Amino acid sequence: MTEPLYYFIQQLLNGLTVGSTYALIAIGYTMVYGIIGMINFAHGEVYMIGSYIAFIVLAALALLGLDSLALMLIGAFAISMIVTSAYGFSIERVAYRPLRGGNRLIPLISAIGMSIFLQNVVRLAQGSRDIAMPSLITGGWSIGPEEGFHATLSYMQLVIFIVTFITMTALTLFISRSRMGRACRACAEDIKMTNLLGINTNNVIALTFVIGAALAAVAGVLLSLYYGVINPYIGFMAGLKAFTAAVLGGIGSIPGAVLGGLLLGVTEAITAGYFSTEYKDVVAFSLLILILLFRPTGILGRPEVEKV
Amino acid sequence: MKRLHFKAALLSLAVVVALTGLLLGVRLEQQGTSLSLSGATPDVLWKMAGAGLFIFLFNLLRDWIDAARGRLPALPGVPGGISQLSELVAVRRLFWCFVIAAAIVFPFFANRGAIDLATLVLIYVMLGLGLNIVVGLAGLLDLGYVGFYAVGAYSYALLAMYFQVGFWTGLVAAGALAALFGFLLGFPVLRLRGDYLAIVTLGFGEIIRILLNNMTWLTNGPNGIGGIDKPTLFGLEFNRRAAEGAQTFHEFFGIAFNTNHRVMFLYLLALALVLATLFVINRLLRMPLGRAWEAMREDEIACRALGLNPTHIKLTAFTIGATFAGFAGCFFAARQGFISPESFTFIESAIILAIVVLGGMGSQLGVILAAIVMTVLPELAREFNEYRMLLFGLLMVVMMIWRPQGLLPMKRPHLELRT
Amino acid sequence: MSQALLEVSGLTMRFGGLLAVNNVALRIDKGQVVSIIGPNGAGKTTVFNCLTGFYQPTSGSVRFQGEEVSGLPGFRIARKGMVRTFQHVRLFKEMTAVENLLVAQHMHLNTNFLAGLLKTPGFRRSEREAMQLAAYWLEQVDLLDVANRPAGTLAYGQQRRLEIARCMMTKPSLLMLDEPAAGLNPKETDDLKALISLLRDQHAVSVLLIEHDMKLVMSISDHIYVINQGTPLADGTPQQVHNNPDVIKAYLGEA
Repeated sequence: MTEPLYYFIQQLLNGLTVGSTYALIAIGYTMVYGIIGMINFAHGEVYMIGSYIAFIVLAALALLGLDSLALMLIGAFAISMIVTSAYGFSIERVAYRPLRGGNRLIPLISAIGMSIFLQNVVRLAQGSRDIAMPSLITGGWSIGPEEGFHATLSYMQLVIFIVTFITMTALTLFISRSRMGRACRACAEDIKMTNLLGINTNNVIALTFVIGAALAAVAGVLLSLYYGVINPYIGFMAGLKAFTAAVLGGIGSIPGAVLGGLLLGVTEAITAGYFSTEYKDVVAFSLLILILLFRPTGILGRPEVEKV
Repeated sequence: MKRLHFKAALLSLAVVVALTGLLLGVRLEQQGTSLSLSGATPDVLWKMAGAGLFIFLFNLLRDWIDAARGRLPALPGVPGGISQLSELVAVRRLFWCFVIAAAIVFPFFANRGAIDLATLVLIYVMLGLGLNIVVGLAGLLDLGYVGFYAVGAYSYALLAMYFQVGFWTGLVAAGALAALFGFLLGFPVLRLRGDYLAIVTLGFGEIIRILLNNMTWLTNGPNGIGGIDKPTLFGLEFNRRAAEGAQTFHEFFGIAFNTNHRVMFLYLLALALVLATLFVINRLLRMPLGRAWEAMREDEIACRALGLNPTHIKLTAFTIGATFAGFAGCFFAARQGFISPESFTFIESAIILAIVVLGGMGSQLGVILAAIVMTVLPELAREFNEYRMLLFGLLMVVMMIWRPQGLLPMKRPHLELRT
Repeated sequence: MSQALLEVSGLTMRFGGLLAVNNVALRIDKGQVVSIIGPNGAGKTTVFNCLTGFYQPTSGSVRFQGEEVSGLPGFRIARKGMVRTFQHVRLFKEMTAVENLLVAQHMHLNTNFLAGLLKTPGFRRSEREAMQLAAYWLEQVDLLDVANRPAGTLAYGQQRRLEIARCMMTKPSLLMLDEPAAGLNPKETDDLKALISLLRDQHAVSVLLIEHDMKLVMSISDHIYVINQGTPLADGTPQQVHNNPDVIKAYLGEA
């Protein structure tokens, strides 16, 4: 009897697929939190905007008669990342920078307002109904026996794994090797001190938002192609899930965000596969509440010492 | 030195183009299974161009604008005389008496639509006041407030459906159950830091909604529950004909049946609930508990050093806030006669939060005015309705930047030492 | 030997690799004023934080009135009669001076929800008594004339005194003051000394003091503990400490 095994492998693959996109979005939360200690509630909407831009670009390129799949994807990624970067940058500039360094609930409320605003901008501009696109990347490998039940790794899933891996590697290299990356790490340690050392922390913070937004765009392109359907409301849930992933892994930690994303994705897929799809969100939120209660620092987070 | 900021201006122009160009300039159209695009209307394009030009010029001429802004007189505040006047207890009391009297006689002069709308406003006032206890007074950001509202509404609806419980019993049960939920949730989570608490409560609100949606055997799922009994006045019904063994309002008083009676009764009932809420909050503010909330909001560490139990004090705020949401939910269910999980989404929580934020965290009068503005405005201008949520979001951002303490910031009644 | 009011032994606190407090022992008897001195960064405030439950000490025992209190949450320790002030004044700045005192009385007040809602006679009485006690303490620290001003608007010396009065509202048996004379002028320091003596002599409060003002410490303490780099260096009467060569080398020598 290998059927249960392949069924399990299939759930695992599905979970890792979705989980790696959660990880991409979660990095945006975790980096911003690591540096200025605020929850960028509007981050989910940036992901949603990334999905819309991807669909628009793909539709436009198809209308222009481009038929190279690779070029279409590259175009979608590039333009979507540019646009969301502009969003990340502007959101920080308009809604958060004037509020820095006060009561931490005030930027959070502003972020909620920004999230509602962006959601409705897209709703008014693009309509509130679902928009579907036929899948661009079809086919896949089967794992297990040809006849009977087997697991499938679709090419789309493979693309998601590869793109996520490349993006993560690039980010890790950037953070660990480049000057700006060093400045980012310094800010995460002690932002005031970094400022005193003559680094323009405003630029570093803006950069953090831009990187987070660009990664959210990558996730947006991947996930919208994977599911094939978008609407203006997908950002809310995706944002919450990614935040859960960030907290699960330990907010402020980039490897933690990746780990948390994958774990959450797999947990959801297993819940959906073995219990019921309806309750997968309940499981995700319960997981969030449980971690915050019992291990608020997450799996890889650093403990905080209260300053008296 | 004033100079033109050409580079900054061009950069911000580029950002505006990136922000709007594709998302607003092009519209996705679904055609069968494939997608096509259509350009935006010239109207939208003009607006985009206008926005771009504005940002460009603003950045280009920033030095001059900053200088001009420095010369502008500060925003006029409330004239000193009026604010002094409002300090006087007698004046304040008179003002509130007048407002309450006006609210009581209002339904006898207004038309049915207006009364209906006013009742809706009162529901939001109640929710706003309840959330204000948690957010404004205790300083805890609760993003799942609508969860308690849902608990209240469903408590009454389910009790009425399965056990034929009447409105008044239902009201008590709804308040008690919402309080219980608030207590059970609050107990573990109130140790968390502010922003984590916000997200956990948000998750809780979503869990409640998803459960209501999926526990079809109990709640009828997305189809909701209908035929919920309307409130009665000491057993008097507001129907044309009474149910078995009951009596109707118009028969009892020997007046002609009028469907407006019920609308008026619902309004007055809501008003009574709001007044009760106001009474409780005003007492709380003058009690040690109210002082402890404010102290906790200012400095939790100092409170602990003085022997105040932070969890206990926050928990009371959380539970009391939840109770009022439960009352409001029960009334909502009775008034609508039909409820479904759709009424209890996160957006509803956000609207209530917007009311509290706009009104001024902690301020009673502010919350009431904000609830009126937020509810009446979309009704007055139908075309505004489309942009309602957009403006709510914008308003929340603008308020936090411009006036985080709200339009009418709270003035807690200070205890005076008289010697 | 009779039972000590506070007896600390083997108190150790580690932050990761950093040994902030190492094997500290303290003893305070009823009616004593005991001081902890040491150079900046010696771990004195960390000792306070461990004693009052803001940090969980890594090891060691803290016995207050014969009862082990280490590991209890801060508010429980405070309720047992051990309250503290902070190095940086932590008043409720938006609340008035008298309200600051009333908050501190929270645990003794009639906090029954229904009683407050209905303004029962019992509730009114307890509120009135709280107000009287607040007025008494405001008078003791000479702040009666600013009772209704927001605490944040008071002068620095007044804020310091208000913080002590606020502690006294909880009716403590041990008052822990973290650098109460910091930032005070000589006149205010003398007033502070008089206040501490008054608290000890007339209100039966023992005082544990962290202080850098040697004149104050030497003149008021019954016993002094010296800590250097988290480790106990010496202890004894002011005279003994003053003449201890180790102490002079590590700390007083600079003065």
